[in-house]
Amino acid sequence: MAIAVMNLSYLIASILFIFGLKGLAKPRTAVRSNQLGALGMLIAVVGTLIGNQIIGPQWIILGLVIGGAVGALMAQRVQMTDMPQMVALLNGFGGLASLLVAGAELTHEWQKPDGVLQTALNAGNVPIWVQFMIATAATALIGGVTFTGSVVAFGKLQGIISDPPRLPGQQIINGVLLLVVLGLTGVLLVDPAAIWAYWAIVAIASVLGVLLVLGIGGADMPVVIALLNSYSGLAAAATGFVLNNVALIITGALVGASGVILTMIMCKAMNRSLTNVLFGVWVAKGAGQSADDVYSGKVKASSPDELALLLDGAQRVVIVPGFGMAVAQAQHAVRELAQVLEARGTQVEFAIHPVAGRMPGHMNVLLAEADIPYEKVKEMDEINPTFEQTDVAIVIGANDVVNPEARTNPSSPIAGMPILDVHLARSVVVVKRSLSPGFAGIPNPLFAADNTLMLFADAKKGMLDLVAAIKEN
Amino acid sequence: METLLIFLTIFVLAIFVGVEIITKVPPTLHTPLMSGSNAISGITLVGALVAAGTGSDLVTIILGVLSIIFATINVVGGFLVTNRMLSMFRRKD
Repeated sequence: MAIAVMNLSYLIASILFIFGLKGLAKPRTAVRSNQLGALGMLIAVVGTLIGNQIIGPQWIILGLVIGGAVGALMAQRVQMTDMPQMVALLNGFGGLASLLVAGAELTHEWQKPDGVLQTALNAGNVPIWVQFMIATAATALIGGVTFTGSVVAFGKLQGIISDPPRLPGQQIINGVLLLVVLGLTGVLLVDPAAIWAYWAIVAIASVLGVLLVLGIGGADMPVVIALLNSYSGLAAAATGFVLNNVALIITGALVGASGVILTMIMCKAMNRSLTNVLFGVWVAKGAGQSADDVYSGKVKASSPDELALLLDGAQRVVIVPGFGMAVAQAQHAVRELAQVLEARGTQVEFAIHPVAGRMPGHMNVLLAEADIPYEKVKEMDEINPTFEQTDVAIVIGANDVVNPEARTNPSSPIAGMPILDVHLARSVVVVKRSLSPGFAGIPNPLFAADNTLMLFADAKKGMLDLVAAIKEN
Repeated sequence: METLLIFLTIFVLAIFVGVEIITKVPPTLHTPLMSGSNAISGITLVGALVAAGTGSDLVTIILGVLSIIFATINVVGGFLVTNRMLSMFRRKD
């Protein structure tokens, strides 16, 4: 009976999780659906406590209190600009929790005379045995890679870890490490008491996680975070196969699928394959024109007053925020600019490139935080056809994602990458501190185009000056 | 063998369900999607509770309690931060 209650609670939880994710299809229903997910989690936890007749030993409550307090604190304190770091850490903790559970289960099961393992061994039930051990080894591998990989990703996003060059033989090292993991899995299958082999896999997977993420450049962080998100789900699913727990299997599959889809979207937005992101290097630079050739004598620096005049006659303005805007914390100043323009009858919309932030959808959250209505925030495919009817496109702290070379120059390192077609607008204003290149390391002909005016300033200061100039005008 | 096949079936079908739902989530909400899916992947908490609650030896209990802590950070932190972000999207005039 208690077991039935537990399994029923897992069914209900799974349904609520599915509804919870489904509700994210519309911003209006999203808050409610997130609460449904939380309710599902509560039901699963209560069901588990009933099903296993766990009557609250203090250490369980202690664990819940500590974890809950830390989680709540993190959720409350985190700045929206730092959301990628937070998600990276949560991914890592998910992987760590999974591998700890599998480790505990292995230790525990082996000591239980009537447990799954001993029963299977005595009855010669090989499939159950093999499932348990392979799932356990898989949890150690995926969980370990997810944990240390996420910690390294966190360090990179936080600026603690810089981008070292990739080791030449790194793929060989990775291959050898994977082979050792396979060997250790074999040890687990043959010698059930070899719990050391489990922790050895965890250790090797941890090294592997560091190696895999360390060499990946800062611009590729959106892909890495999405991929680690997927891994954290797969780790949970693998743990489900260890515990024969349907709730973990279903949820892990949902999260794994979600991460994979986001990974593919991010790769597509950069026109790169996943293999290229993980193991490749940027195409050798210098093939194109030098910065001097592109810029000399053609870049027009402008002033807030001049731009105010330009914007005065504009019917339609599109604002293109890049990560530079987020770094400068300029999102509120940007909203002010939009409001001032709208008050004068100008139509203002925002254009978001899929990799504008440090993680999928990051820029949208930053704009939402600044109270910019999401209806005015358009995705790339939706807004690109409208640039020709746009009077002024204002690019704030973005570079590679508005580089027309991606369309015009097949030999460019970013050739084929989808871009926002701001160069088609009647006038383009670029707010940027200098002409320094973006992550791709190439000059941007947009800055030297006839219809482009540069405002060399920090994004926030530039916006505030511009707003002041428009108000005076 | 029977049970393994059933579990594999569930796993594969759940992936299909996941793909169906997730592709309908607009890019605007991709960050909350990630933090929200982080929260539900904290379902590992269920396994952690069993390990800590039924374990009889010290090692199992220590591992179990540690995993409770990390899984709960995931669950509580994930749901709360997702809620925080999503209410920004709701809040408009």
